[in-house]
Amino acid sequence: MSKPVVATTSLAGCFGCHMSILDIDERILTLIELVEFNKSPVDDIKTFTKPVDIGLIEGGVCNSENVEVLKSFRKNCKILVSLGECAIMGGLPALRNGIPIEECLHEAYIGGPTVQLNKDGIMPNDDELPMLLDKVYPCHEIVKIDYFLPGCPPRADLIWDALVALVTGDPMKLPYEVVKFD
Amino acid sequence: MSNLIKFKIDGKECMAEAGKFIVDAAADNGIYIPTLCNMKGVKPKGACRICSVRINGRLMTSCTTPVTDGMEIESNSAEIQDLRKSIIELLFVSGNHFCPACEKSGNCELQALAYRYQMMVPRYPYEFPMKPVDASSPRIIKDQNRCIFCKRCIKTIKDKNGRSYFVFRNRGHKLEVVLDEEMGKTIDIATAHLAMENCPVGSILVKEKGFDTPIGKRKFDKEPIGSDIKL
Ligand code: SF4
Ligand code: SF4
Repeated sequence: MSKPVVATTSLAGCFGCHMSILDIDERILTLIELVEFNKSPVDDIKTFTKPVDIGLIEGGVCNSENVEVLKSFRKNCKILVSLGECAIMGGLPALRNGIPIEECLHEAYIGGPTVQLNKDGIMPNDDELPMLLDKVYPCHEIVKIDYFLPGCPPRADLIWDALVALVTGDPMKLPYEVVKFD
Repeated sequence: MSNLIKFKIDGKECMAEAGKFIVDAAADNGIYIPTLCNMKGVKPKGACRICSVRINGRLMTSCTTPVTDGMEIESNSAEIQDLRKSIIELLFVSGNHFCPACEKSGNCELQALAYRYQMMVPRYPYEFPMKPVDASSPRIIKDQNRCIFCKRCIKTIKDKNGRSYFVFRNRGHKLEVVLDEEMGKTIDIATAHLAMENCPVGSILVKEKGFDTPIGKRKFDKEPIGSDIKL
Protein backbone atom coordinates (compact mmCIF):
# COMPACT_ATOMS: atom_id res chain seq x y z
CA MET A 1 0.00 0.00 0.00
CA SER A 2 1.36 3.43 -0.85
CA LYS A 3 1.91 5.88 1.96
CA PRO A 4 -0.46 8.79 2.65
CA VAL A 5 0.79 11.98 1.00
CA VAL A 6 1.23 15.24 2.95
CA ALA A 7 1.65 18.78 1.60
CA THR A 8 2.30 21.96 3.60
CA THR A 9 2.44 25.68 2.93
CA SER A 10 2.95 28.95 4.75
CA LEU A 11 0.62 31.76 3.66
CA ALA A 12 0.60 34.92 5.80
CA GLY A 13 2.52 33.20 8.60
CA CYS A 14 5.97 33.43 10.14
CA PHE A 15 7.04 29.81 9.58
CA GLY A 16 6.69 29.22 13.31
CA CYS A 17 4.13 26.48 12.68
CA HIS A 18 6.55 24.75 10.31
CA MET A 19 9.23 25.04 13.01
CA SER A 20 6.78 23.36 15.36
CA ILE A 21 6.39 20.48 12.88
CA LEU A 22 10.16 20.01 13.09
CA ASP A 23 9.84 20.24 16.86
CA ILE A 24 8.50 16.66 16.94
CA ASP A 25 12.22 15.84 17.23
CA GLU A 26 13.23 12.24 16.55
CA ARG A 27 9.65 11.32 15.74
CA ILE A 28 10.40 12.89 12.38
CA LEU A 29 12.07 9.58 11.46
CA THR A 30 8.82 7.75 12.16
CA LEU A 31 6.93 10.43 10.23
CA ILE A 32 9.03 9.77 7.14
CA GLU A 33 8.15 6.06 7.51
CA LEU A 34 4.45 6.89 7.86
CA VAL A 35 3.93 9.48 5.12
CA GLU A 36 5.39 10.88 1.95
CA PHE A 37 5.79 14.63 1.50
CA ASN A 38 4.73 16.40 -1.69
CA LYS A 39 4.54 20.18 -2.26
CA SER A 40 6.08 21.70 0.87
CA PRO A 41 8.85 24.06 2.00
CA VAL A 42 10.16 21.07 3.99
CA ASP A 43 11.33 19.24 0.85
CA ASP A 44 11.22 22.25 -1.48
CA ILE A 45 8.82 20.60 -3.95
CA LYS A 46 7.19 23.64 -5.55
CA THR A 47 4.18 22.19 -7.38
CA PHE A 48 1.75 19.35 -6.73
CA THR A 49 2.95 16.22 -8.56
CA LYS A 50 0.23 13.84 -7.32
CA PRO A 51 -3.04 13.83 -5.37
CA VAL A 52 -2.45 14.67 -1.71
CA ASP A 53 -4.22 13.21 1.32
CA ILE A 54 -3.44 15.81 3.99
CA GLY A 55 -2.68 19.50 3.41
CA LEU A 56 -1.41 21.56 6.35
CA ILE A 57 -1.96 25.31 6.02
CA GLU A 58 0.03 27.77 8.08
CA GLY A 59 -0.90 31.46 7.98
CA GLY A 60 -3.98 33.45 7.08
CA VAL A 61 -4.90 34.95 3.73
CA CYS A 62 -3.55 38.47 3.20
CA ASN A 63 -3.00 38.77 -0.57
CA SER A 64 -4.02 37.42 -3.98
CA GLU A 65 -1.22 34.87 -4.03
CA ASN A 66 -2.37 33.41 -0.71
CA VAL A 67 -5.86 33.00 -2.19
CA GLU A 68 -4.47 31.17 -5.21
CA VAL A 69 -2.23 28.84 -3.19
CA LEU A 70 -5.00 28.07 -0.72
CA LYS A 71 -7.44 27.26 -3.52
CA SER A 72 -4.88 24.98 -5.19
CA PHE A 73 -4.43 23.18 -1.86
CA ARG A 74 -8.18 22.70 -1.61
CA LYS A 75 -8.25 21.33 -5.13
CA ASN A 76 -5.33 18.93 -4.63
CA CYS A 77 -5.80 17.76 -1.02
CA LYS A 78 -8.47 15.45 0.36
CA ILE A 79 -8.19 16.88 3.87
CA LEU A 80 -7.18 20.43 4.73
CA VAL A 81 -5.99 21.42 8.20
CA SER A 82 -5.67 25.01 9.47
CA LEU A 83 -2.45 24.91 11.45
CA GLY A 84 -2.09 27.67 14.06
CA GLU A 85 -3.74 30.94 15.04
CA CYS A 86 -2.97 32.82 11.81
CA ALA A 87 -4.66 30.18 9.65
CA ILE A 88 -7.55 29.96 12.10
CA MET A 89 -8.22 33.64 12.80
CA GLY A 90 -5.70 35.74 10.86
CA GLY A 91 -3.31 35.99 13.80
CA LEU A 92 -0.97 38.92 14.26
CA PRO A 93 -1.11 39.99 10.58
CA ALA A 94 -4.85 40.54 11.15
CA LEU A 95 -3.98 43.35 13.57
CA ARG A 96 -4.15 45.46 10.42
CA ASN A 97 -7.80 44.57 9.87
CA GLY A 98 -9.86 47.70 10.28
CA ILE A 99 -6.98 49.99 9.30
CA PRO A 100 -7.30 51.19 5.67
CA ILE A 101 -4.69 49.60 3.34
CA GLU A 102 -3.37 52.97 2.30
CA GLU A 103 -2.63 53.90 5.90
CA CYS A 104 -0.79 50.58 6.44
CA LEU A 105 1.35 51.06 3.33
CA HIS A 106 2.06 54.66 4.20
CA GLU A 107 3.23 53.65 7.67
CA ALA A 108 5.41 50.86 6.27
CA TYR A 109 7.03 52.71 3.38
CA ILE A 110 6.73 56.44 3.92
CA GLY A 111 5.70 57.73 7.33
CA GLY A 112 6.96 55.07 9.75
CA PRO A 113 9.73 56.02 12.22
CA THR A 114 12.17 53.44 10.82
CA VAL A 115 11.75 54.49 7.18
CA GLN A 116 15.01 56.20 6.16
CA LEU A 117 16.06 55.33 2.63
CA ASN A 118 12.83 55.79 0.69
CA LYS A 119 13.48 59.46 -0.12
CA ASP A 120 11.17 59.49 -3.16
CA GLY A 121 8.31 58.03 -1.15
CA ILE A 122 7.75 55.05 -3.45
CA MET A 123 5.20 52.42 -2.55
CA PRO A 124 5.64 48.94 -4.04
CA ASN A 125 3.61 48.96 -7.26
CA ASP A 126 5.15 46.32 -9.53
CA ASP A 127 2.56 44.28 -11.46
CA GLU A 128 4.40 41.12 -10.41
CA LEU A 129 3.60 41.72 -6.76
CA PRO A 130 0.48 40.06 -5.32
CA MET A 131 -2.32 42.48 -4.47
CA LEU A 132 -3.00 42.99 -0.79
CA LEU A 133 -6.53 42.10 0.27
CA ASP A 134 -8.72 44.59 2.16
CA LYS A 135 -8.04 42.59 5.31
CA VAL A 136 -6.44 39.35 6.47
CA TYR A 137 -8.90 36.46 6.28
CA PRO A 138 -9.01 33.19 8.22
CA CYS A 139 -8.50 30.28 5.77
CA HIS A 140 -11.96 28.82 6.41
CA GLU A 141 -13.55 32.05 5.19
CA ILE A 142 -11.96 31.41 1.76
CA VAL A 143 -12.18 27.60 1.30
CA LYS A 144 -13.62 24.72 3.30
CA ILE A 145 -11.23 23.61 6.05
CA ASP A 146 -11.72 20.20 7.64
CA TYR A 147 -9.74 20.45 10.89
CA PHE A 148 -8.26 23.16 13.09
CA LEU A 149 -5.16 22.93 15.29
CA PRO A 150 -4.87 26.03 17.50
CA GLY A 151 -1.67 27.42 18.99
CA CYS A 152 0.96 30.04 18.29
CA PRO A 153 2.53 27.81 17.27
CA PRO A 154 0.51 24.63 17.84
CA ARG A 155 2.44 22.37 20.23
CA ALA A 156 4.53 19.74 18.43
CA ASP A 157 2.66 17.04 20.36
CA LEU A 158 -0.65 18.34 19.03
CA ILE A 159 0.61 18.27 15.43
CA TRP A 160 2.05 14.81 15.92
CA ASP A 161 -1.14 13.41 17.48
CA ALA A 162 -3.25 14.95 14.72
CA LEU A 163 -1.08 13.52 11.94
CA VAL A 164 -1.03 10.07 13.51
CA ALA A 165 -4.80 10.17 13.99
CA LEU A 166 -5.38 11.24 10.40
CA VAL A 167 -3.05 8.59 9.01
CA THR A 168 -4.20 5.70 11.19
CA GLY A 169 -7.87 6.70 11.47
CA ASP A 170 -7.69 6.31 15.25
CA PRO A 171 -9.50 8.87 17.41
CA MET A 172 -7.35 11.81 18.41
CA LYS A 173 -6.21 12.32 21.98
CA LEU A 174 -6.62 15.92 23.05
CA PRO A 175 -4.87 16.30 26.42
CA TYR A 176 -5.68 19.63 28.12
CA GLU A 177 -2.10 20.91 28.02
CA VAL A 178 -1.66 20.72 24.27
CA VAL A 179 -4.61 22.76 23.05
CA LYS A 180 -3.58 26.37 23.67
CA PHE A 181 -4.02 29.62 21.75
CA ASP A 182 -0.53 31.00 22.46
CA MET B 1 -29.63 22.86 59.63
CA SER B 2 -33.38 22.48 59.20
CA ASN B 3 -33.47 24.61 56.05
CA LEU B 4 -31.55 22.02 54.01
CA ILE B 5 -33.34 21.11 50.81
CA LYS B 6 -32.88 18.38 48.20
CA PHE B 7 -32.53 18.94 44.49
CA LYS B 8 -31.00 17.19 41.48
CA ILE B 9 -28.38 18.23 38.93
CA ASP B 10 -28.23 15.96 35.88
CA GLY B 11 -29.89 13.27 37.99
CA LYS B 12 -27.41 13.51 40.85
CA GLU B 13 -28.95 13.96 44.31
CA CYS B 14 -27.73 17.19 45.89
CA MET B 15 -28.36 19.11 49.10
CA ALA B 16 -28.06 22.79 49.90
CA GLU B 17 -29.42 25.55 52.06
CA ALA B 18 -32.68 26.89 50.65
CA GLY B 19 -32.30 30.17 48.82
CA LYS B 20 -28.72 29.64 47.65
CA PHE B 21 -28.08 30.49 44.03
CA ILE B 22 -27.77 27.39 41.86
CA VAL B 23 -24.10 27.97 40.88
CA ASP B 24 -23.07 28.13 44.54
CA ALA B 25 -25.29 25.23 45.57
CA ALA B 26 -23.83 23.16 42.74
CA ALA B 27 -20.27 24.03 43.81
CA ASP B 28 -21.10 22.91 47.37
CA ASN B 29 -21.98 19.54 45.85
CA GLY B 30 -18.79 19.36 43.78
CA ILE B 31 -20.44 20.31 40.50
CA TYR B 32 -18.92 23.06 38.37
CA ILE B 33 -21.20 25.34 36.41
CA PRO B 34 -19.14 27.85 34.40
CA THR B 35 -19.44 31.58 35.11
CA LEU B 36 -17.85 34.64 33.59
CA CYS B 37 -19.60 37.85 34.65
CA ASN B 38 -20.28 36.46 38.13
CA MET B 39 -17.92 37.25 41.00
CA LYS B 40 -17.83 36.19 44.62
CA GLY B 41 -19.19 38.89 46.87
CA VAL B 42 -20.91 40.81 44.09
CA LYS B 43 -24.65 40.71 43.42
CA PRO B 44 -25.13 38.40 40.41
CA LYS B 45 -26.66 39.88 37.28
CA GLY B 46 -26.96 37.06 34.70
CA ALA B 47 -25.32 39.14 31.99
CA CYS B 48 -23.13 36.67 30.12
CA ARG B 49 -25.55 33.65 30.20
CA ILE B 50 -22.66 31.18 30.29
CA CYS B 51 -24.12 29.59 33.45
CA SER B 52 -27.42 28.77 31.73
CA VAL B 53 -29.12 25.56 32.86
CA ARG B 54 -32.48 24.04 31.99
CA ILE B 55 -35.16 23.88 34.67
CA ASN B 56 -38.69 22.67 33.88
CA GLY B 57 -37.92 23.01 30.19
CA ARG B 58 -36.79 26.63 30.49
CA LEU B 59 -33.30 28.07 30.25
CA MET B 60 -32.37 30.01 33.37
CA THR B 61 -29.13 31.64 34.54
CA SER B 62 -27.93 29.66 37.52
CA CYS B 63 -26.08 32.63 39.07
CA THR B 64 -29.37 34.48 39.62
CA THR B 65 -31.80 31.61 40.27
CA PRO B 66 -32.16 30.36 43.86
CA VAL B 67 -32.36 26.62 44.33
CA THR B 68 -35.68 25.27 45.61
CA ASP B 69 -36.78 21.97 47.12
CA GLY B 70 -37.15 19.17 44.58
CA MET B 71 -35.75 21.26 41.72
CA GLU B 72 -34.44 19.20 38.76
CA ILE B 73 -31.62 20.95 36.93
CA GLU B 74 -30.09 19.97 33.62
CA SER B 75 -26.56 21.33 33.24
CA ASN B 76 -24.22 18.99 31.41
CA SER B 77 -26.37 17.85 28.51
CA ALA B 78 -24.89 18.07 25.02
CA GLU B 79 -27.33 20.85 24.17
CA ILE B 80 -26.37 23.08 27.09
CA GLN B 81 -22.65 22.43 26.64
CA ASP B 82 -23.00 23.55 23.05
CA LEU B 83 -25.00 26.61 24.06
CA ARG B 84 -22.19 27.63 26.43
CA LYS B 85 -19.60 27.00 23.75
CA SER B 86 -21.53 29.17 21.31
CA ILE B 87 -21.57 32.06 23.81
CA ILE B 88 -17.79 31.77 24.15
CA GLU B 89 -17.43 31.74 20.37
CA LEU B 90 -19.62 34.82 20.01
CA LEU B 91 -17.45 36.68 22.51
CA PHE B 92 -14.32 35.75 20.55
CA VAL B 93 -15.63 36.89 17.15
CA SER B 94 -17.27 40.08 18.39
CA GLY B 95 -14.04 41.46 19.86
CA ASN B 96 -10.42 41.24 18.74
CA HIS B 97 -8.80 38.46 20.74
CA PHE B 98 -5.21 38.02 19.63
CA CYS B 99 -4.26 35.66 22.43
CA PRO B 100 -0.63 35.15 21.36
CA ALA B 101 0.01 38.87 21.98
CA CYS B 102 -2.20 39.32 25.04
CA GLU B 103 -0.79 40.01 28.50
CA LYS B 104 -3.66 38.05 30.08
CA SER B 105 -3.12 34.89 28.06
CA GLY B 106 -2.88 31.87 30.36
CA ASN B 107 -4.69 33.75 33.14
CA CYS B 108 -7.75 34.78 31.13
CA GLU B 109 -11.13 33.34 32.09
CA LEU B 110 -12.61 33.68 28.61
CA GLN B 111 -9.67 31.83 27.08
CA ALA B 112 -9.81 29.22 29.85
CA LEU B 113 -13.47 28.57 29.09
CA ALA B 114 -12.62 28.21 25.40
CA TYR B 115 -10.04 25.59 26.42
CA ARG B 116 -12.48 23.81 28.69
CA TYR B 117 -15.09 23.64 25.94
CA GLN B 118 -12.43 22.80 23.31
CA MET B 119 -13.13 25.68 20.98
CA MET B 120 -10.90 24.90 17.99
CA VAL B 121 -12.49 27.60 15.82
CA PRO B 122 -15.60 29.75 16.33
CA ARG B 123 -18.59 28.76 14.17
CA TYR B 124 -19.33 32.44 13.49
CA PRO B 125 -17.42 34.74 11.12
CA TYR B 126 -14.85 37.06 12.70
CA GLU B 127 -16.09 40.62 12.91
CA PHE B 128 -12.72 42.38 13.38
CA PRO B 129 -14.37 45.53 14.76
CA MET B 130 -12.31 48.71 15.00
CA LYS B 131 -11.81 49.38 18.72
CA PRO B 132 -9.64 51.92 20.51
CA VAL B 133 -7.01 51.43 23.22
CA ASP B 134 -7.00 54.14 25.88
CA ALA B 135 -3.60 54.62 27.48
CA SER B 136 -4.18 58.15 28.79
CA SER B 137 -4.16 57.17 32.47
CA PRO B 138 -0.67 57.08 34.00
CA ARG B 139 -1.39 53.69 35.57
CA ILE B 140 -3.85 51.80 33.38
CA ILE B 141 -4.31 50.72 29.78
CA LYS B 142 -7.94 50.08 28.83
CA ASP B 143 -8.00 47.88 25.72
CA GLN B 144 -11.50 47.87 24.22
CA ASN B 145 -10.62 45.06 21.82
CA ARG B 146 -10.92 42.58 24.68
CA CYS B 147 -13.75 43.95 26.84
CA ILE B 148 -16.71 41.57 27.22
CA PHE B 149 -18.96 44.04 29.13
CA CYS B 150 -19.18 41.86 32.21
CA LYS B 151 -19.33 44.93 34.51
CA ARG B 152 -17.04 43.34 37.08
CA CYS B 153 -14.83 46.44 37.08
CA ILE B 154 -17.81 48.81 37.39
CA LYS B 155 -19.17 46.90 40.36
CA THR B 156 -15.94 46.36 42.26
CA ILE B 157 -13.44 49.14 41.54
CA LYS B 158 -14.57 52.20 43.50
CA ASP B 159 -12.95 55.10 45.33
CA LYS B 160 -13.50 55.76 49.03
CA ASN B 161 -16.70 57.68 48.29
CA GLY B 162 -18.14 54.69 46.44
CA ARG B 163 -17.71 56.17 42.96
CA SER B 164 -16.86 53.68 40.22
CA TYR B 165 -13.65 54.24 38.28
CA PHE B 166 -15.17 52.47 35.27
CA VAL B 167 -18.41 53.50 33.55
CA PHE B 168 -20.56 52.61 30.57
CA ARG B 169 -20.48 54.94 27.57
CA ASN B 170 -22.76 54.91 24.49
CA ARG B 171 -25.34 52.22 23.78
CA GLY B 172 -26.03 49.25 21.53
CA HIS B 173 -23.26 48.44 19.09
CA LYS B 174 -21.21 51.43 20.32
CA LEU B 175 -21.33 50.42 23.99
CA GLU B 176 -18.02 50.75 25.82
CA VAL B 177 -16.77 50.34 29.36
CA VAL B 178 -14.35 53.20 29.90
CA LEU B 179 -12.07 54.40 32.66
CA ASP B 180 -13.34 57.74 33.94
CA GLU B 181 -10.88 60.28 32.55
CA GLU B 182 -10.48 62.36 35.71
CA MET B 183 -10.44 59.43 38.14
CA GLY B 184 -8.02 57.55 35.86
CA LYS B 185 -5.45 60.28 36.45
CA THR B 186 -5.27 59.66 40.18
CA ILE B 187 -5.98 55.92 40.52
CA ASP B 188 -3.47 54.41 42.97
CA ILE B 189 -1.36 51.39 42.12
CA ALA B 190 -3.13 48.95 44.46
CA THR B 191 -6.53 49.80 42.97
CA ALA B 192 -5.10 49.54 39.47
CA HIS B 193 -3.80 46.06 40.24
CA LEU B 194 -7.13 45.02 41.71
CA ALA B 195 -8.88 46.27 38.56
CA MET B 196 -6.59 44.17 36.38
CA GLU B 197 -7.16 41.16 38.59
CA ASN B 198 -10.95 41.52 38.68
CA CYS B 199 -11.24 41.86 34.91
CA PRO B 200 -11.74 38.30 33.60
CA VAL B 201 -10.01 39.18 30.31
CA GLY B 202 -7.10 41.40 29.27
CA SER B 203 -9.09 44.61 28.89
CA ILE B 204 -7.63 46.30 31.99
CA LEU B 205 -3.84 46.27 32.20
CA VAL B 206 -1.51 47.91 34.67
CA LYS B 207 1.17 49.82 32.78
CA GLU B 208 4.72 48.45 32.69
CA LYS B 209 3.55 45.00 33.72
CA GLY B 210 2.87 41.87 31.75
CA PHE B 211 4.22 38.53 30.59
CA ASP B 212 5.87 38.08 33.99
CA THR B 213 4.76 34.48 34.55
CA PRO B 214 6.42 31.93 32.25
CA ILE B 215 4.28 29.72 30.03
CA GLY B 216 3.55 26.54 31.97
CA LYS B 217 3.15 28.35 35.29
CA ARG B 218 0.10 30.48 34.53
CA LYS B 219 -3.29 29.91 36.12
CA PHE B 220 -4.88 27.80 33.40
CA ASP B 221 -1.83 26.20 31.75
CA LYS B 222 -2.15 22.80 33.42
CA GLU B 223 -5.68 22.49 34.79
CA PRO B 224 -8.99 23.56 33.27
CA ILE B 225 -10.98 26.39 34.84
CA GLY B 226 -13.33 24.95 37.46
CA SER B 227 -10.89 22.23 38.56
CA ASP B 228 -10.99 23.64 42.09
CA ILE B 229 -14.64 22.63 42.37
CA LYS B 230 -14.76 19.04 43.52
CA LEU B 231 -15.93 17.14 46.55
S1 SF4 C 1 -8.47 38.69 26.71
FE1 SF4 C 1 -8.29 36.46 26.89
S2 SF4 C 1 -9.32 35.67 25.07
FE2 SF4 C 1 -8.91 37.85 24.72
S3 SF4 C 1 -6.92 37.92 23.68
FE3 SF4 C 1 -6.50 38.09 25.88
S4 SF4 C 1 -6.13 35.98 26.52
FE4 SF4 C 1 -7.15 35.85 24.55
S1 SF4 D 1 -13.08 45.93 31.41
FE1 SF4 D 1 -12.99 43.79 32.04
S2 SF4 D 1 -14.11 43.78 33.99
FE2 SF4 D 1 -14.68 45.67 32.93
S3 SF4 D 1 -16.54 45.16 31.78
FE3 SF4 D 1 -14.79 44.89 30.39
S4 SF4 D 1 -14.30 42.72 30.59
FE4 SF4 D 1 -15.57 43.22 32.34
